[in-house]
Amino acid sequence: MNQWKNFSKGFFKDNPVFVLFLGLCPTLGVTTSAFNGLGMGLATTFVLVMSNLVVSIIKSQIPDKVRIPSFIVIIASFVTIVELVMQAYLPSLFEQLGLFIPLIVVNCLVLGRSEAFASKNNVGSAIIDGLGMGLGFAMALTILGGVREILGSGSIFGFKFIEGDGMLVFVLAPGAFIALGYLIVLINKINQKTA
Amino acid sequence: MAKKESTFINMLLTLFMVTLVASAALGYIYELTKGPIAASKLAKQNNAIKQVVPDFDNKPGEESYKMGVDGDTLEFFPAKQNGELVGTAVSTFTNKGFSGNFKIMVGFLPDGTIHNISVLEHKETPGLGDKMQKNKSEWSVQFNGKNPADFELKVTKDGGDVDAITASTITSRAFCDAVERAYNAYMEGGKK
Repeated sequence: MNQWKNFSKGFFKDNPVFVLFLGLCPTLGVTTSAFNGLGMGLATTFVLVMSNLVVSIIKSQIPDKVRIPSFIVIIASFVTIVELVMQAYLPSLFEQLGLFIPLIVVNCLVLGRSEAFASKNNVGSAIIDGLGMGLGFAMALTILGGVREILGSGSIFGFKFIEGDGMLVFVLAPGAFIALGYLIVLINKINQKTA
Repeated sequence: MAKKESTFINMLLTLFMVTLVASAALGYIYELTKGPIAASKLAKQNNAIKQVVPDFDNKPGEESYKMGVDGDTLEFFPAKQNGELVGTAVSTFTNKGFSGNFKIMVGFLPDGTIHNISVLEHKETPGLGDKMQKNKSEWSVQFNGKNPADFELKVTKDGGDVDAITASTITSRAFCDAVERAYNAYMEGGKK
Protein backbone atom coordinates (compact mmCIF):
# COMPACT_ATOMS: atom_id res chain seq x y z
CA MET A 1 0.00 0.00 0.00
CA ASN A 2 1.51 3.36 -0.76
CA GLN A 3 2.19 5.69 2.13
CA TRP A 4 0.02 8.57 0.98
CA LYS A 5 -3.02 6.31 0.99
CA ASN A 6 -1.95 5.12 4.41
CA PHE A 7 -1.90 8.66 5.66
CA SER A 8 -4.95 10.10 3.96
CA LYS A 9 -7.37 7.28 4.71
CA GLY A 10 -7.78 8.67 8.23
CA PHE A 11 -9.36 11.87 6.94
CA PHE A 12 -12.24 10.72 4.79
CA LYS A 13 -12.40 7.10 3.71
CA ASP A 14 -11.69 5.62 7.14
CA ASN A 15 -12.22 8.64 9.34
CA PRO A 16 -12.30 7.21 12.87
CA VAL A 17 -15.25 9.31 14.02
CA PHE A 18 -17.41 9.78 10.93
CA VAL A 19 -16.89 6.43 9.24
CA LEU A 20 -15.50 3.91 11.73
CA PHE A 21 -17.40 5.35 14.74
CA LEU A 22 -14.45 4.73 17.04
CA GLY A 23 -13.73 6.87 20.08
CA LEU A 24 -17.16 8.43 20.30
CA CYS A 25 -17.03 8.91 24.08
CA PRO A 26 -14.43 11.72 24.02
CA THR A 27 -15.91 12.93 20.74
CA LEU A 28 -19.27 13.69 22.30
CA GLY A 29 -17.87 14.67 25.68
CA VAL A 30 -15.21 17.30 24.99
CA THR A 31 -16.36 19.00 21.80
CA THR A 32 -18.13 21.92 23.46
CA SER A 33 -15.70 24.24 21.67
CA ALA A 34 -13.36 24.03 18.70
CA PHE A 35 -10.32 24.56 20.90
CA ASN A 36 -11.22 21.69 23.24
CA GLY A 37 -11.81 19.42 20.27
CA LEU A 38 -8.44 20.33 18.77
CA GLY A 39 -6.63 19.83 22.09
CA MET A 40 -8.20 16.44 22.64
CA GLY A 41 -7.51 15.45 19.02
CA LEU A 42 -3.84 16.37 19.25
CA ALA A 43 -3.42 14.59 22.59
CA THR A 44 -4.93 11.47 21.04
CA THR A 45 -2.73 11.85 17.95
CA PHE A 46 0.37 11.91 20.11
CA VAL A 47 -0.69 8.77 21.98
CA LEU A 48 -1.66 7.06 18.73
CA VAL A 49 1.62 7.78 16.96
CA MET A 50 3.79 6.84 19.93
CA SER A 51 1.94 3.63 20.74
CA ASN A 52 1.88 2.62 17.07
CA LEU A 53 5.61 3.28 16.91
CA VAL A 54 6.46 1.24 20.00
CA VAL A 55 4.09 -1.60 19.16
CA SER A 56 5.50 -1.96 15.65
CA ILE A 57 9.06 -2.00 17.00
CA ILE A 58 8.52 -4.70 19.59
CA LYS A 59 5.78 -6.64 17.81
CA SER A 60 7.97 -9.69 17.18
CA GLN A 61 9.05 -9.83 20.81
CA ILE A 62 5.52 -10.07 22.17
CA PRO A 63 3.93 -13.50 22.47
CA ASP A 64 0.43 -13.55 20.99
CA LYS A 65 -1.36 -14.47 24.19
CA VAL A 66 -0.17 -11.43 26.11
CA ARG A 67 -0.24 -8.89 23.31
CA ILE A 68 -3.40 -7.08 24.49
CA PRO A 69 -2.14 -6.48 28.06
CA SER A 70 1.21 -5.35 26.67
CA PHE A 71 -0.47 -2.91 24.27
CA ILE A 72 -2.65 -1.54 27.06
CA VAL A 73 0.35 -0.92 29.31
CA ILE A 74 2.15 0.88 26.49
CA ILE A 75 -0.88 3.00 25.65
CA ALA A 76 -1.60 3.79 29.30
CA SER A 77 1.99 4.93 29.81
CA PHE A 78 1.79 7.40 26.95
CA VAL A 79 -1.58 8.66 28.13
CA THR A 80 -0.18 9.28 31.59
CA ILE A 81 2.76 11.13 30.07
CA VAL A 82 0.36 13.35 28.12
CA GLU A 83 -1.70 13.92 31.25
CA LEU A 84 1.29 14.95 33.38
CA VAL A 85 2.84 17.16 30.72
CA MET A 86 -0.47 18.87 29.97
CA GLN A 87 -1.13 19.42 33.67
CA ALA A 88 2.29 21.00 34.04
CA TYR A 89 2.42 23.23 30.97
CA LEU A 90 -1.18 23.70 29.76
CA PRO A 91 -3.19 23.80 33.01
CA SER A 92 -6.16 25.65 31.50
CA LEU A 93 -6.63 23.11 28.70
CA PHE A 94 -6.17 20.29 31.20
CA GLU A 95 -8.95 21.74 33.33
CA GLN A 96 -11.31 21.71 30.35
CA LEU A 97 -10.48 18.19 29.21
CA GLY A 98 -9.84 16.81 32.69
CA LEU A 99 -11.46 13.42 32.96
CA PHE A 100 -11.30 12.71 29.24
CA ILE A 101 -7.50 12.59 29.07
CA PRO A 102 -7.18 9.41 31.17
CA LEU A 103 -10.05 8.03 29.10
CA ILE A 104 -7.83 8.02 25.99
CA VAL A 105 -6.55 4.70 27.40
CA VAL A 106 -9.85 3.03 26.66
CA ASN A 107 -10.37 4.83 23.37
CA CYS A 108 -11.02 1.91 21.02
CA LEU A 109 -9.31 3.86 18.26
CA VAL A 110 -5.87 3.64 19.88
CA LEU A 111 -5.99 -0.05 20.79
CA GLY A 112 -7.69 -0.78 17.48
CA ARG A 113 -4.84 0.72 15.45
CA SER A 114 -2.19 -1.06 17.56
CA GLU A 115 -3.94 -4.37 17.15
CA ALA A 116 -5.12 -4.08 13.56
CA PHE A 117 -2.31 -2.13 11.98
CA ALA A 118 0.87 -1.55 13.99
CA SER A 119 1.26 -5.16 15.06
CA LYS A 120 1.25 -6.26 11.41
CA ASN A 121 3.18 -3.51 9.65
CA ASN A 122 6.65 -1.97 9.71
CA VAL A 123 7.65 1.06 11.74
CA GLY A 124 7.32 3.64 8.97
CA SER A 125 3.82 2.58 7.96
CA ALA A 126 2.75 2.40 11.59
CA ILE A 127 3.84 5.97 12.30
CA ILE A 128 2.13 7.27 9.17
CA ASP A 129 -1.02 5.35 10.00
CA GLY A 130 -1.02 6.74 13.54
CA LEU A 131 -0.45 10.26 12.27
CA GLY A 132 -3.19 10.03 9.64
CA MET A 133 -5.73 8.46 11.96
CA GLY A 134 -4.85 10.84 14.78
CA LEU A 135 -5.11 13.95 12.63
CA GLY A 136 -8.33 12.65 11.10
CA PHE A 137 -9.65 12.26 14.63
CA ALA A 138 -8.43 15.74 15.55
CA MET A 139 -10.04 17.17 12.42
CA ALA A 140 -13.36 15.52 13.20
CA LEU A 141 -13.30 16.77 16.79
CA THR A 142 -12.35 20.29 15.74
CA ILE A 143 -15.14 20.43 13.14
CA LEU A 144 -17.69 19.08 15.60
CA GLY A 145 -16.42 21.40 18.32
CA GLY A 146 -16.52 24.31 15.89
CA VAL A 147 -20.10 23.63 14.82
CA ARG A 148 -21.23 23.29 18.42
CA GLU A 149 -19.36 26.41 19.49
CA ILE A 150 -20.71 28.52 16.61
CA LEU A 151 -24.30 27.43 17.20
CA GLY A 152 -24.14 27.11 20.97
CA SER A 153 -21.98 30.00 22.13
CA GLY A 154 -21.82 32.23 19.06
CA SER A 155 -18.03 32.13 18.96
CA ILE A 156 -15.24 30.27 17.21
CA PHE A 157 -11.93 29.39 18.94
CA GLY A 158 -13.04 31.71 21.72
CA PHE A 159 -13.70 34.76 19.52
CA LYS A 160 -17.26 35.89 20.07
CA PHE A 161 -19.22 37.25 17.14
CA ILE A 162 -22.67 37.60 18.71
CA GLU A 163 -23.91 39.11 21.94
CA GLY A 164 -25.03 36.79 24.70
CA ASP A 165 -25.61 33.07 24.33
CA GLY A 166 -26.41 31.05 21.24
CA MET A 167 -28.60 27.97 21.04
CA LEU A 168 -27.58 26.44 24.33
CA VAL A 169 -28.71 22.95 23.42
CA PHE A 170 -25.62 22.62 21.21
CA VAL A 171 -23.29 23.09 24.17
CA LEU A 172 -25.19 20.43 26.13
CA ALA A 173 -25.05 16.69 25.48
CA PRO A 174 -28.06 16.40 23.11
CA GLY A 175 -26.48 18.98 20.81
CA ALA A 176 -23.44 16.74 20.43
CA PHE A 177 -25.60 13.94 19.04
CA ILE A 178 -27.54 16.24 16.74
CA ALA A 179 -24.43 17.91 15.33
CA LEU A 180 -22.60 14.59 14.96
CA GLY A 181 -25.58 13.08 13.13
CA TYR A 182 -25.68 15.85 10.55
CA LEU A 183 -21.92 15.76 10.07
CA ILE A 184 -22.05 12.00 9.44
CA VAL A 185 -24.73 12.54 6.81
CA LEU A 186 -22.53 15.11 5.13
CA ILE A 187 -19.40 12.93 5.18
CA ASN A 188 -21.33 9.93 3.85
CA LYS A 189 -22.58 12.06 1.00
CA ILE A 190 -19.05 13.16 0.14
CA ASN A 191 -17.68 9.63 0.40
CA GLN A 192 -20.43 8.30 -1.86
CA LYS A 193 -19.57 10.79 -4.55
CA THR A 194 -15.86 10.05 -4.49
CA ALA A 195 -16.28 6.26 -4.23
CA MET B 1 12.42 -12.12 13.26
CA ALA B 2 10.20 -15.01 14.24
CA LYS B 3 7.31 -14.40 16.53
CA LYS B 4 7.94 -15.50 20.10
CA GLU B 5 6.10 -18.60 21.30
CA SER B 6 3.44 -18.10 23.94
CA THR B 7 5.22 -20.17 26.56
CA PHE B 8 4.77 -19.33 30.20
CA ILE B 9 8.30 -18.06 30.65
CA ASN B 10 8.12 -15.93 27.50
CA MET B 11 4.86 -14.32 28.56
CA LEU B 12 6.20 -13.69 32.05
CA LEU B 13 9.39 -12.09 30.78
CA THR B 14 7.62 -9.96 28.17
CA LEU B 15 5.06 -8.54 30.56
CA PHE B 16 7.76 -7.97 33.16
CA MET B 17 9.92 -6.04 30.70
CA VAL B 18 7.01 -4.00 29.34
CA THR B 19 5.82 -2.95 32.79
CA LEU B 20 9.38 -2.30 33.98
CA VAL B 21 10.16 0.05 31.11
CA ALA B 22 6.75 1.72 31.42
CA SER B 23 7.10 2.40 35.13
CA ALA B 24 10.65 3.69 34.74
CA ALA B 25 9.52 6.10 32.02
CA LEU B 26 6.55 7.29 34.06
CA GLY B 27 8.66 7.78 37.17
CA TYR B 28 11.04 9.95 35.18
CA ILE B 29 8.26 12.08 33.65
CA TYR B 30 6.59 12.42 37.04
CA GLU B 31 9.79 13.81 38.59
CA LEU B 32 10.16 16.15 35.63
CA THR B 33 6.66 17.60 35.82
CA LYS B 34 6.20 17.64 39.61
CA GLY B 35 7.58 21.16 39.98
CA PRO B 36 5.59 22.87 37.20
CA ILE B 37 2.35 21.13 38.27
CA ALA B 38 2.72 22.33 41.86
CA ALA B 39 3.61 25.82 40.62
CA SER B 40 0.57 26.09 38.34
CA LYS B 41 -1.76 24.87 41.10
CA LEU B 42 -0.31 27.42 43.48
CA ALA B 43 -0.65 30.20 40.91
CA LYS B 44 -4.29 29.31 40.39
CA GLN B 45 -4.94 29.32 44.13
CA ASN B 46 -3.15 32.64 44.57
CA ASN B 47 -5.17 34.14 41.75
CA ALA B 48 -8.43 33.07 43.37
CA ILE B 49 -7.32 34.49 46.72
CA LYS B 50 -6.22 37.76 45.15
CA GLN B 51 -9.64 38.20 43.57
CA VAL B 52 -11.63 37.89 46.77
CA VAL B 53 -9.68 39.78 49.44
CA PRO B 54 -8.20 43.31 49.63
CA ASP B 55 -4.53 43.87 48.76
CA PHE B 56 -2.12 41.87 50.89
CA ASP B 57 1.64 41.37 51.08
CA ASN B 58 1.99 37.98 52.80
CA LYS B 59 1.71 34.49 51.34
CA PRO B 60 -1.76 33.22 52.34
CA GLY B 61 -1.06 29.82 50.80
CA GLU B 62 1.68 29.19 53.35
CA GLU B 63 -0.34 30.34 56.36
CA SER B 64 -3.50 28.46 55.48
CA TYR B 65 -5.34 26.34 58.01
CA LYS B 66 -8.18 23.86 57.72
CA MET B 67 -11.38 23.13 59.56
CA GLY B 68 -13.63 20.10 59.22
CA VAL B 69 -17.26 21.00 58.50
CA ASP B 70 -20.17 18.80 57.37
CA GLY B 71 -18.00 15.84 56.47
CA ASP B 72 -15.57 17.85 54.38
CA THR B 73 -12.90 20.46 55.06
CA LEU B 74 -12.88 24.19 54.50
CA GLU B 75 -9.56 25.86 53.90
CA PHE B 76 -8.81 29.34 55.20
CA PHE B 77 -6.24 31.69 53.69
CA PRO B 78 -5.49 34.71 55.88
CA ALA B 79 -4.43 37.79 53.89
CA LYS B 80 -2.27 40.28 55.77
CA GLN B 81 -0.94 43.72 54.97
CA ASN B 82 2.05 44.80 57.12
CA GLY B 83 1.29 41.93 59.50
CA GLU B 84 -2.30 43.01 60.06
CA LEU B 85 -5.22 40.82 58.97
CA VAL B 86 -7.09 42.52 56.11
CA GLY B 87 -9.28 39.61 55.06
CA THR B 88 -9.61 35.86 54.88
CA ALA B 89 -10.30 33.82 51.77
CA VAL B 90 -12.32 30.70 52.52
CA SER B 91 -12.44 27.83 50.07
CA THR B 92 -15.91 26.37 50.58
CA PHE B 93 -18.22 23.87 48.92
CA THR B 94 -21.82 22.79 48.59
CA ASN B 95 -23.38 19.43 47.79
CA LYS B 96 -26.66 20.96 46.69
CA GLY B 97 -25.67 22.07 43.19
CA PHE B 98 -27.80 21.16 40.20
CA SER B 99 -25.05 18.79 39.01
CA GLY B 100 -23.54 17.69 42.31
CA ASN B 101 -21.10 19.64 44.41
CA PHE B 102 -19.17 22.73 43.46
CA LYS B 103 -16.49 24.85 45.08
CA ILE B 104 -16.27 28.59 45.53
CA MET B 105 -13.83 30.93 47.25
CA VAL B 106 -15.38 33.55 49.53
CA GLY B 107 -13.37 36.49 50.84
CA PHE B 108 -14.38 37.90 54.24
CA LEU B 109 -13.21 41.12 55.82
CA PRO B 110 -12.25 40.74 59.50
CA ASP B 111 -15.76 41.79 60.63
CA GLY B 112 -17.41 39.08 58.54
CA THR B 113 -18.46 41.28 55.62
CA ILE B 114 -18.22 39.53 52.25
CA HIS B 115 -15.59 41.23 50.11
CA ASN B 116 -15.86 39.21 46.93
CA ILE B 117 -16.60 35.68 45.71
CA SER B 118 -15.10 33.63 42.93
CA VAL B 119 -16.09 30.22 41.60
CA LEU B 120 -13.31 27.61 41.74
CA GLU B 121 -14.88 24.60 40.02
CA HIS B 122 -18.39 23.57 39.09
CA LYS B 123 -20.42 21.42 36.71
CA GLU B 124 -23.55 23.56 36.54
CA THR B 125 -25.49 23.92 33.30
CA PRO B 126 -23.79 26.16 30.71
CA GLY B 127 -25.86 29.27 30.02
CA LEU B 128 -27.98 28.86 33.14
CA GLY B 129 -26.25 27.86 36.38
CA ASP B 130 -22.85 29.00 35.20
CA LYS B 131 -24.02 32.60 35.42
CA MET B 132 -22.66 32.47 38.96
CA GLN B 133 -19.21 32.86 37.39
CA LYS B 134 -17.92 36.42 37.28
CA ASN B 135 -17.02 36.19 33.59
CA LYS B 136 -20.52 35.03 32.65
CA SER B 137 -22.73 37.49 34.52
CA GLU B 138 -22.74 40.08 37.28
CA TRP B 139 -24.99 37.96 39.48
CA SER B 140 -22.57 37.20 42.31
CA VAL B 141 -21.66 40.90 42.70
CA GLN B 142 -24.79 41.35 44.83
CA PHE B 143 -23.00 39.60 47.72
CA ASN B 144 -20.10 42.08 47.79
CA GLY B 145 -20.08 44.37 50.81
CA LYS B 146 -22.94 42.49 52.49
CA ASN B 147 -22.58 41.17 56.02
CA PRO B 148 -24.44 37.87 56.44
CA ALA B 149 -25.33 39.00 59.99
CA ASP B 150 -27.99 41.31 58.50
CA PHE B 151 -28.19 39.83 55.00
CA GLU B 152 -30.26 36.65 54.88
CA LEU B 153 -28.32 34.16 52.71
CA LYS B 154 -31.38 32.68 51.05
CA VAL B 155 -33.03 33.34 47.72
CA THR B 156 -36.03 35.69 47.83
CA LYS B 157 -38.34 32.76 47.05
CA ASP B 158 -37.31 31.22 50.39
CA GLY B 159 -37.67 34.51 52.25
CA GLY B 160 -34.05 35.63 51.98
CA ASP B 161 -32.30 38.63 50.46
CA VAL B 162 -30.60 37.03 47.46
CA ASP B 163 -31.99 37.47 43.96
CA ALA B 164 -31.79 34.04 42.33
CA ILE B 165 -30.38 33.54 38.83
CA THR B 166 -33.33 33.34 36.45
CA ALA B 167 -34.22 29.67 35.84
CA SER B 168 -31.41 28.52 38.12
CA THR B 169 -32.91 28.66 41.59
CA ILE B 170 -31.25 25.40 42.60
CA THR B 171 -27.81 26.71 41.70
CA SER B 172 -28.51 29.97 43.51
CA ARG B 173 -29.63 28.10 46.63
CA ALA B 174 -26.52 25.93 46.52
CA PHE B 175 -24.37 29.04 46.13
CA CYS B 176 -25.98 30.57 49.23
CA ASP B 177 -25.47 27.29 51.04
CA ALA B 178 -21.76 27.36 50.29
CA VAL B 179 -21.40 31.01 51.33
CA GLU B 180 -23.30 30.41 54.54
CA ARG B 181 -21.15 27.39 55.38
CA ALA B 182 -18.04 29.54 54.92
CA TYR B 183 -19.51 32.38 57.00
CA ASN B 184 -20.57 30.15 59.91
CA ALA B 185 -17.21 28.41 60.01
CA TYR B 186 -15.43 31.74 59.80
CA MET B 187 -17.38 33.22 62.70
CA GLU B 188 -17.11 30.05 64.80
CA GLY B 189 -13.36 30.10 65.10
CA GLY B 190 -12.21 30.19 61.51
CA LYS B 191 -10.98 33.73 62.20
CA LYS B 192 -7.41 33.89 63.40
